Amino acid sequence: MQKAKNLKEYREELHESLDNDFLRTTLDNFAVAYRAGRANAFKDIDVRALIREIADSKDDATARFDELYKQFKANAEASGAHVHFAKDADEANAIIAGIAKASDCKKIVKSKSMTAEETLLNHALEDEGLEVVETDLGEWIIQLRHEGPSHMVMPAIHLSRYQVGDLFSEVTGKKQDAEIEKLVKVARRELRQKYVEADMGITGANFAVAETGGIGLVTNEGNARLVTTLPRVHVALMGMDKIIPSLHDALRILKVLPRNATGQAITSYVTWITGANECATGTDGKKEIHYVIMDNGRSEMSKDPLFSQVNRCVRCGACANVCPVYRLVGGHKMGHIYIGAIGLILTYFFHGKDKARNLIQNCINCEACKDVCAGGIDLPRLIKEIHARIQDEEGHPLPSLLLSKVLKNRKLFHTLLRTAKWAQKPVESEGFIRHLPMILGKEHGFKALPAIAEKPFRDRWPDIRPNIANPKHRVALFSGCVQDFVYPEQMEAAVRVFEANDVSMEYPMEQSCCGLPVQMMGEMKASRDVAVQNLRAFETGDYDYVITLCASCAAHLKHNYPKLMKDSPSLTLKAQQFADKVIDYSSFVHDVLKVKAEDFKKTDIKATYHAPCHLCRGLDVHDAPRELIETGGMEYVECDEEEVCCGFGGTFSMKFPELSSELLRKKLDNVEATGAEVLLTDCPGCIMQLRGGLKTKGSSIQVRHVAEVLADNKK
Amino acid sequence: MSSKESLSQTFTEKAKLVSAFVTEIASEEEALSHVLDLCGKKEACQLLVSGCERDLSEKAENLCDAKQSKIIAAPGLKKDLYKKLEAKCKKSGFECIDSGLRDHLAGVDIGFTFADYGIAETGTLMIDCPSEDLRLATMVSEYHICILPKSKIRKDSYSIEKMMLTRMNKTPDYMAYVTGASRTADIERVLALGVHGPLELHILLLED
Repeated sequence: MQKAKNLKEYREELHESLDNDFLRTTLDNFAVAYRAGRANAFKDIDVRALIREIADSKDDATARFDELYKQFKANAEASGAHVHFAKDADEANAIIAGIAKASDCKKIVKSKSMTAEETLLNHALEDEGLEVVETDLGEWIIQLRHEGPSHMVMPAIHLSRYQVGDLFSEVTGKKQDAEIEKLVKVARRELRQKYVEADMGITGANFAVAETGGIGLVTNEGNARLVTTLPRVHVALMGMDKIIPSLHDALRILKVLPRNATGQAITSYVTWITGANECATGTDGKKEIHYVIMDNGRSEMSKDPLFSQVNRCVRCGACANVCPVYRLVGGHKMGHIYIGAIGLILTYFFHGKDKARNLIQNCINCEACKDVCAGGIDLPRLIKEIHARIQDEEGHPLPSLLLSKVLKNRKLFHTLLRTAKWAQKPVESEGFIRHLPMILGKEHGFKALPAIAEKPFRDRWPDIRPNIANPKHRVALFSGCVQDFVYPEQMEAAVRVFEANDVSMEYPMEQSCCGLPVQMMGEMKASRDVAVQNLRAFETGDYDYVITLCASCAAHLKHNYPKLMKDSPSLTLKAQQFADKVIDYSSFVHDVLKVKAEDFKKTDIKATYHAPCHLCRGLDVHDAPRELIETGGMEYVECDEEEVCCGFGGTFSMKFPELSSELLRKKLDNVEATGAEVLLTDCPGCIMQLRGGLKTKGSSIQVRHVAEVLADNKK
Repeated sequence: MSSKESLSQTFTEKAKLVSAFVTEIASEEEALSHVLDLCGKKEACQLLVSGCERDLSEKAENLCDAKQSKIIAAPGLKKDLYKKLEAKCKKSGFECIDSGLRDHLAGVDIGFTFADYGIAETGTLMIDCPSEDLRLATMVSEYHICILPKSKIRKDSYSIEKMMLTRMNKTPDYMAYVTGASRTADIERVLALGVHGPLELHILLLED
């Protein structure tokens, strides 16, 4: 639940989670176990193709909602069920309370429903004097504790067996041991009588199948089966997004949902209910069935060309399972009611911008969620869009306004960087700044900040530009700000290897920042303006490739530039042509130049690797850099959780230093455990973070760009 | 290997992965002996079901007290097979029922049913159970024993889609995919079997 009024309060709440050792250990174990479990569950399946099919079928269902709803309603009613439509949460709750009243129901058992959590249904029904009991074990636990879920699939993951033991002792009035097996049995027996007494059962629905007029429920415990069988009235509350054309569509989702949620091939039970089935205690021996289909912000999303993809969500919770921020702070802080990346988005549409305002900024843009989403939703992008929308509606904070103003004017931006070089002089030592700038507080002290280089790459270029007589490839270099002004030696290293491989290079001087930092701050307009400048800077040359040594720049240029230009047809084409040429350093050297081991000196240096988020997920590059390490004369040692974010996230590390430092700590612990002398990576942002952290720690491990060691070892 | 045998092998492998017990049987008679045998070996419901050794609130304990002898529920069985089961139960001193499951909501020892189809890919049973008694037998039993004829095993859920639709179109319908025993990992992500449904699932693969 989000209660914080501003970012400062929100950050204070985050600290509570960071200090909760039990939560941290549980979520750490879960993150690691989940990754292995999911991979195993999908091992014989073409998961990307399956996700594509789900995305297409859900998009089709969203577009045809009116027609499918009509079909669902007609079929459901023909089979004896009642169908209601609720425009918002209050209306849905009122409809259900009305059904209880009309059918004289007093006691209600419920199986797990995120939609009911969304509408705060229990509170509404209790206000009407009805008794509501959750029967899913986790939901029952949090209901007894008067809490919201901290995970969509495992709502009580934040609690220990001891906390549950104490809670159950209170509930039964007898002392209960903190043994999980026993606690489960206590719930089994305590809840069994609740089913017997109840006259209404409430469930959600995973599928509402238009061609049959029936619903499907995906569960493990078996409570939904009892909830839909024993009471004489059954109400299923679901969002409009649950309506799909056919049983086949449901079976397809079922192939991904449990595998993505918990790594199970399928859940223990999948229940298919079609029509008013037999019920001994019902009128005429039949059950009274009501389907309540709710809008509550969904049709607004459906109509939006960008956000309609949100309706693809099948509520598997995988986006939280892989989120490094969720792993640190848990679901109560990484969501309002819905959790994880999708939670950040749904909170804005379902619960309004007051609840979303702080939350939406807590995305490090590592794309881990996008990589596993069952519906192939571009979650990080949508999160940024909402961030931008809120800022457009409410005004932009000063730092983000300033940065966008500066970035839009390349000359001003570069002049400021050059000026900073002089300003930092008195506090500079060995490439780091000795004291943190005044504007940064103590919490930024976890990493040393790099100093700005003596001479930026753009000023060195005229002197070092090689002349290639018979070029095999013609390329343009895109340096990005960090390598231009902080680590120009990395660019120079790349130039040396390219020169040796007959690559002719240009460095268009009008290039500027790629724009990702301002986009991360929700400054979409500035992001677009900067992108246009860069497109112009590169449009004159006839290049085979545009090469960048920064994974984040590469992913941004490649994937976001065409999207940013979508309102201008002529620029869209230009951006696409430009994007098609963009390639990262390691892929270019490995896949295009195809360098050979005999070109490099053999060393006995052990090197490990950090996979930048925007390289491994953003560009789907995995093998190239690791093979280059071996080709380049070093021994590659694998690091644990190599593809997990280092915590930099550009401006994220400035906004949430406490989260950034924790992610960095984990990363460095894993790196140190490898025993490697050198840590290699493909992104200057990651290098800044990793070097700064190791320097502060006093470690001797060297952090270098892959390009640097290849240049060093080149024969 | 025939496709029937290879499907049956995959089914068995996948069902065992989710802790189902799979036994091959040659005849329905053999199934009955298996049911009686399991019922005899199984601890009485009061002890096992729900951890009767645990102290509970009064109301919950009262419900549990309602159950005294060992019960086998077998609604939906063919008449002659049920008659044979009934006779065997009588001999062993078990109560045998095929209806009125609502009088036994504290639990029955064994629910004995037939599956309509098996899904090899996931080791899943498809049980069409529009009859409330049949449904309850698969829910409130502590052990669910289910016969699956080998000829009814199909590759994946898509391959029984048509059969499912035929049944769903004959409304009202209530159908279940059952894969392993009832389970939860809601406390500390530790797997525990037997939350609200059966504690054990026994699948009898019938050669046919």
